[in-house]
Amino acid sequence: MMHMHKYEKIWLFFGIGSLFVFLAVLGVGAFAQGTQPPSCLTTIDPEKVDQTPPFDKPGLVKTGDNEYQLNIVASAFAYTPNQVEIPKGAKVTINVATKDVIHGFEMAGTNVNMMVEPGYVSSYTQTFDKVGEYVILCNEYCGAGHHLMTAKVKVVEQ
Amino acid sequence: MMNGTWKVDARDGKLAMAHIYVAFVALALGGLAGLLQVLVRSGKFELPAGISYYTILTTHGVLLGLVLTTFFIIGFQFAAVSRTAGTLSDRVRFWGWVGFWLMTIGTAITAFYILIGEASVLYTFYAPLQAHAGFYIGLTLVVVGSWISGFAMFAHYAKWKKAHPGQVSPLLTFMSVVNMVLWLICSLGVAATVLFQLIPWSLGYVDRINVLVSRTLFWYFGHPLVYFWLLPAYMIWYAIIPKIIGGKMFSDSLARMSFILFLIFSIPVGFHHQLVEPGIDPAWKYLQVVLTFMVVIPSLMTAFSMFATFEMYGRSKGATGLFGWLRKLPWGDARFFAPFIGMLFFIPAGAGGLVNASHQLNQVVHNTIWVTGHFHLTLATTVVLTFFGAAYWLIPHLTGRVMTKAMNRLAIIQTIVWSIGMIFMSSAMHFAGLLGAPRRSAFSTYGDAPQALEWVPYQIAQAVGGTILFIGIILVLIIVTNLAFFAPKGETEFPVAEVAEQAERTPLVFENWTLWIGIAVVLILIAYTVPFIDMIQNAPPGSKGFKLW
Repeated sequence: MMHMHKYEKIWLFFGIGSLFVFLAVLGVGAFAQGTQPPSCLTTIDPEKVDQTPPFDKPGLVKTGDNEYQLNIVASAFAYTPNQVEIPKGAKVTINVATKDVIHGFEMAGTNVNMMVEPGYVSSYTQTFDKVGEYVILCNEYCGAGHHLMTAKVKVVEQ
Repeated sequence: MMNGTWKVDARDGKLAMAHIYVAFVALALGGLAGLLQVLVRSGKFELPAGISYYTILTTHGVLLGLVLTTFFIIGFQFAAVSRTAGTLSDRVRFWGWVGFWLMTIGTAITAFYILIGEASVLYTFYAPLQAHAGFYIGLTLVVVGSWISGFAMFAHYAKWKKAHPGQVSPLLTFMSVVNMVLWLICSLGVAATVLFQLIPWSLGYVDRINVLVSRTLFWYFGHPLVYFWLLPAYMIWYAIIPKIIGGKMFSDSLARMSFILFLIFSIPVGFHHQLVEPGIDPAWKYLQVVLTFMVVIPSLMTAFSMFATFEMYGRSKGATGLFGWLRKLPWGDARFFAPFIGMLFFIPAGAGGLVNASHQLNQVVHNTIWVTGHFHLTLATTVVLTFFGAAYWLIPHLTGRVMTKAMNRLAIIQTIVWSIGMIFMSSAMHFAGLLGAPRRSAFSTYGDAPQALEWVPYQIAQAVGGTILFIGIILVLIIVTNLAFFAPKGETEFPVAEVAEQAERTPLVFENWTLWIGIAVVLILIAYTVPFIDMIQNAPPGSKGFKLW
């Protein structure tokens, strides 16, 4: 076995030790507390998004007591709808599908941030506790109008 | 220990210099593109003559991320194997030239299609955005050329091993071989998507493309790519810097071990670039996150080794106290100063990298300009300053010149200018990214959204930093041109460090390639087989190509 300097052993012991503590924290967060990154496995025909529910009627839908679905269609270079009002405290499952190329779906100032890829539905559930206006923007390059692709969400008092 | 010649053979030097010329031309043009980008992004400047921001952005990424790096690395490694394992045979040198010309012609073809606006797809060329087939064909030639050069280096190494049975190979040659093995294994992924998906699709032989498979093959390549950039910087740190400061290497075996760990752990990790995308089960994402973090181990070993070398040297010169050795380091020598500053920048760069690869935290920064700030610390500071530092002795060594005191002073100023520019630009990028500002986007206020207006001051700071960095590029081009064509004739050393007396003998196990490549392949299969089959079995209908620019 290779010899290591005593100081290097100490350095690596604490370094690798804290690495494993860190990975355990991530793992507990992901598997015990359910904080996983958006990883929806539902597929969709990218050429039939407009005919496929729920994207045939995009917008905010109430699904339960204080629970909502926000279904959004992404295409170059717009989101449909591009203005949404959400009641404060609502738990919203956001579903996004694209009709053409890859887009991003980022709601600045929140944890909503996901890739939207042709053939897949992207989904993430977020509770909106703060009143205010949030900008949604495309953060994956999609063509000449990429930086103009945007929408607005207003969180309002119930 | 010292095998081979002290001076790189003139014919090998020519081969290495050809690569280095292309690399610095790419730096000049790519740097200019970068300057234009930060100016546009400040909101105070618009590109003339209808030039698209995204054409400039594609140019910047391809020239600096792919051309500057690959050419400098292969040129440097040809010089390093020639210096440490002996003059290249005529056959190896011939194939080196074949590789060089394929890469150069491929670069020219790709650049042509970018500049005529047929390939504004950025350097990640994500389908279903569809560039002209010539863009993909040019890139294929670059990769095939690099493979040929890699095999030329393998052949040179094999010849050395045959002539020295039972001996440990020279460290720089070993490290070059590790880097080219890493490159070969990872570039198979990008070659697969380009040859079997993108080229037939862009030529119209097939209508549709599986987007997620293409992205996954790209990122199987995309992360080890950054280690392909980083390992040559580590070669310079481990095997050359100790000699420049007048010290010895801390340990030859630990250096080899860290390279083997990079070979094993830098490939089965591409999902950490795909953490927020649909179609991949989060459990597989987490597995690759864990594997990603294993490279922390060789990074910690490297940090220890470097500072141990510096401290041992300082103490051997009579330094006392806890940090007295710092004062003994040759701060006035640009060959040391530039890479050392690069090392310092690697500390925040690495910390930011931990954030990016964290299973959940990634969501906060994904595709924001934070990420751009991150890799302008890793690649555009740590790696690039180390390459600049190496150019300051490598170019005069190969051209038979010496660096004057004035040029050395200019190189110190260059390093300081670069640091100041990067502190402005990268910090502004990190902060704006945390507030949500996206990467890879032209200037926009998103319909005067209050949030987007908050990002503008940071974007102006980026422009200030980027402008300072452009001055840094002009300075390094002056130095490089001087060293290549105008510096006084003379002999410059190609420094290669010796191992400290107390270090142990290096075991031969590090050159058991079947073992290490075998482990790498097993880990790749574990990390990718099931999710990849899933992607194909549960594939949605494919995508037609789009040209949206």
